[in-house]
Amino acid sequence: MFEIVTAPISIGKVIEEVGHRNAGAIVTFIGTVREMTGDKKTIYLAYEAYEPMARAMLAEIGQQIKKQWPGTITAIVHRIGRLDIGEAAVVIAVSSPHRQDAYAANRYAIERIKKLVPIWKKEHWAHGETWIGNQQESVSYTNKDI
Amino acid sequence: MIQVLLFAHLREQVGQDELAIPENQMTVAELRTLMVHQYALHIQDVMVAVNEAYAVDTDVIYDGDTVALIPPVSGG
Repeated sequence: MFEIVTAPISIGKVIEEVGHRNAGAIVTFIGTVREMTGDKKTIYLAYEAYEPMARAMLAEIGQQIKKQWPGTITAIVHRIGRLDIGEAAVVIAVSSPHRQDAYAANRYAIERIKKLVPIWKKEHWAHGETWIGNQQESVSYTNKDI
Repeated sequence: MIQVLLFAHLREQVGQDELAIPENQMTVAELRTLMVHQYALHIQDVMVAVNEAYAVDTDVIYDGDTVALIPPVSGG
């Protein structure tokens, strides 16, 4: 399961997707919408994606994980559109026979997403809006940049 | 013709989500130059994907290809 969706993500379904008899561990990462960044208050986030490429890249990340950590199964769902505080933007579930691989593979998946998968978020603050420019969230595109 | 897809702040800056470039063949570097000169886009940090795969400046884009300008991503 590698999907880009607009409706709320069913976390349970993502987890079910990777569970099986020989799994000894399932690690789940849930990226959620944070209200406060420093002293700035977020009202909501708007995500957009280059959908076909983003979906293909999520599947590719799954393939890379399978190669690097044999025996793991990965599922990734990213939501786009408007997301309110506390909602899940991304859910990554990885199962493996032993927990170490599931932890490592899950971490790898989120780092790859933040670096490479064509998805963008726009912060809607109490007083304005900003496209967030990189995975460290240290660069933003304000009017002076564009 | 080469189709160029725009996202995030680039889409907002140009005011449309795609452009049609009337060229039969050009390199990624040439497309970058065109975007800077014709649309005044700041694309230093922007990656370019050709037919949904990341490309480098020396790659060649042909008539019928779909190009996407991909600003630094912020998913997750």
